[in-house]
Amino acid sequence: MEGKIVTERLNAFFGEVHAVKNVNMSIPANAITAIIGPSGCGKSTLIRCLNRMHEVVRGARAAGKVYLDGEDIYDPETDPVEVRRKVGMVFQKPNPFPTMSIYDNVVAGQRLNGEKDWKKLDETVERSLKLAALWDEVKGQLDASGVSISGGQQQRLCIARALAVEPEVLLLDEPCSALDPIATAKIEDLLFDLKDKYTIAIVTHNMQQAARIADFTAFMYMGELIEFGETKKLFENPMEELTENYITGRFG
Amino acid sequence: MRSYRSRRKWKNRIASLLALVCVLVALVPLVSILMEVVSRGAPAIDWAFLTERTKSSGAPDSGIGNAILGSLLLVMWASLIGLPFGILTGVYVSEYGDNWFGRTVRFFNDILANFPSVVIGLFAYSLIVTVIGFSLISGAFALAIIMIPIVANTTEDALRMVPNSLREASLALGVSRWRTVLKVIISNGRSGLVTGALLAIARVAGETAPLILTSFGNNFWETGLTEPVAALPLVIFRNAMSPYADLQEQAWGAALVLITMVLSLNVVVRLLTRKRMKLYKVVKKTWKERLSLSV
Repeated sequence: MEGKIVTERLNAFFGEVHAVKNVNMSIPANAITAIIGPSGCGKSTLIRCLNRMHEVVRGARAAGKVYLDGEDIYDPETDPVEVRRKVGMVFQKPNPFPTMSIYDNVVAGQRLNGEKDWKKLDETVERSLKLAALWDEVKGQLDASGVSISGGQQQRLCIARALAVEPEVLLLDEPCSALDPIATAKIEDLLFDLKDKYTIAIVTHNMQQAARIADFTAFMYMGELIEFGETKKLFENPMEELTENYITGRFG
Repeated sequence: MRSYRSRRKWKNRIASLLALVCVLVALVPLVSILMEVVSRGAPAIDWAFLTERTKSSGAPDSGIGNAILGSLLLVMWASLIGLPFGILTGVYVSEYGDNWFGRTVRFFNDILANFPSVVIGLFAYSLIVTVIGFSLISGAFALAIIMIPIVANTTEDALRMVPNSLREASLALGVSRWRTVLKVIISNGRSGLVTGALLAIARVAGETAPLILTSFGNNFWETGLTEPVAALPLVIFRNAMSPYADLQEQAWGAALVLITMVLSLNVVVRLLTRKRMKLYKVVKKTWKERLSLSV
C-alpha cells in the first residue's frame, strides 16, 4: 500500500516520556483514516508529528521518518512552515482568532503570509466556506467576530480556515469532542465530501464515529500502533486480542 | 452547638470589622495628601501659571509652563528610547525565552525594576552628563532605563495571557513563527501592551532623583537635546526647599498639575483595561457555550 503519508519508526517524546513508540504506518491518499485508542495512548501526539506541530510544545521532540509524497518532512533541509502549508490541522477545541471577523479568519493563512489581492481573498472565502458547508449559514454576517457563532459553526470555520491555504492533507485532532450530535453529524458529512480531494486523518475517541466515516482505522495503545487496516475488517474481525478487547468495550 | 455557631459568627464580625478599620487607616494618608495638594495648589493655578516660565521669587507672572513642556519632552524622548526596547524584550522573553538566556533576562529585569532610581540617575550622570553636561537627553536616558523593565514585564504578562491555542492555530496554517508573533500574538495582547506603556509613562513622569543628576532644571523655554531642561518634579523639589513663600506656593501648584497628569493617565489605563475585561468576557461566554454543547 503506497501512502500519501508514510511513517517509518516514528518516535515522539515529551521530555522523558516516550509517547509514540516505533510507529510504522501508511496513510492512503483520498481516504479517511481514523486513529482510535484510549486516552493518553499517543494518538494526538502521532498526528501532531505528521505536520511538525509536535515540536511546538516545550520539551517535545520526535525521531524517525515521516514521508509526505516520498519526501522526509523531518529532513534538516525541510522547512516546517512549508510542511504545515501542505498538511493542515484542525484542533480539538474550536480556536478561531477572536480579534478577527469570520472573513478574516478564513483568509488568515493567506493574509498573514502577505496576500493582499482582495478579489482573490473574496474568492477564497466563498470557496472555503462552501467547502466547509458553512457558507449558507454565515454569508450574511462575514463581518461578525469569529467567536460570535456557535461552537459547531466555529469548528467548521476552523476547517474552512485550514482548507483556505489549499493543503493536500487535513489532520483533525478530535474535532467533534466539544460538539453536540447535530454539529458532529454535519462535520462527518463534510469530511465524507472532502475525501475526494484531500487525504484526511482524524483522531477520535469515539469508535462509532470511526466506524461511520473512516476507510481505514488505526488502533493505538500505550504509544504503540497495535493494528491498522480497513475499518470494516478492524471492527468486525480484528487480528489482535487487544483491539478486540478495546472495541468491545472491555477497557478504555 | 449553638454557642459554637454564635461564637463563629462573632469571630467573623470582628474580623470583618478589623479589615474595615485597616482599610480606613490606609486611606487616611491618601485622602489627606490629595486634600492638602488640592487646597494648597489650587490657589496658585491660573492661566499665567500654566503658560509663563519659571522666574525668581517676587517676579510678576511667574509660572511653570516651561516645566510642563520639559516634562512632556522628557517623557516623549524617554518613551522613544525605552518603549521599543521594553516591548521587544517582553516579546522575546514571552515568545522565545524558554531557555537559560530568557530566564536570565527575566531575572535581571526583575532586579532592574526594583533598582533605586537615584542610582540609575547616577549612572546616566557618569555616562552622559560628564561628557555633554546636564541635558534633556541624559534625563530621557535615565527615565528610559527605568521604563524598560516595567514595560518588558507588562508586555510579557500581556502576551502570556494570549491563549496557546491561537499560537498553534496560526502555526498550523503555515504561518512562520515571527509573523505569528507579530500579527496574531501582539494583536491579541495589544491592549495589555498599551496599558503597560501608559503605566510606565505615569511612573517616570513623577521621577525626581534621576532628573536632579541629569536634566538639572532650567528657568527658560529650553528644548534642545543637549541643554538642561525644566521638569515638574524639579520645580516642586527646588521651590519647596526655597525660603520664599511665593515659590513654595508654586511648588504646590506644580504638584497639583503633576498629580492631575499622572492620575488622568491612570484613568485612561483603567478604561482600557475595562475594555479588555469586556473582550475577555465575550471569550469566556463562548467557552461556556462550548461547555454546554459538549455532551
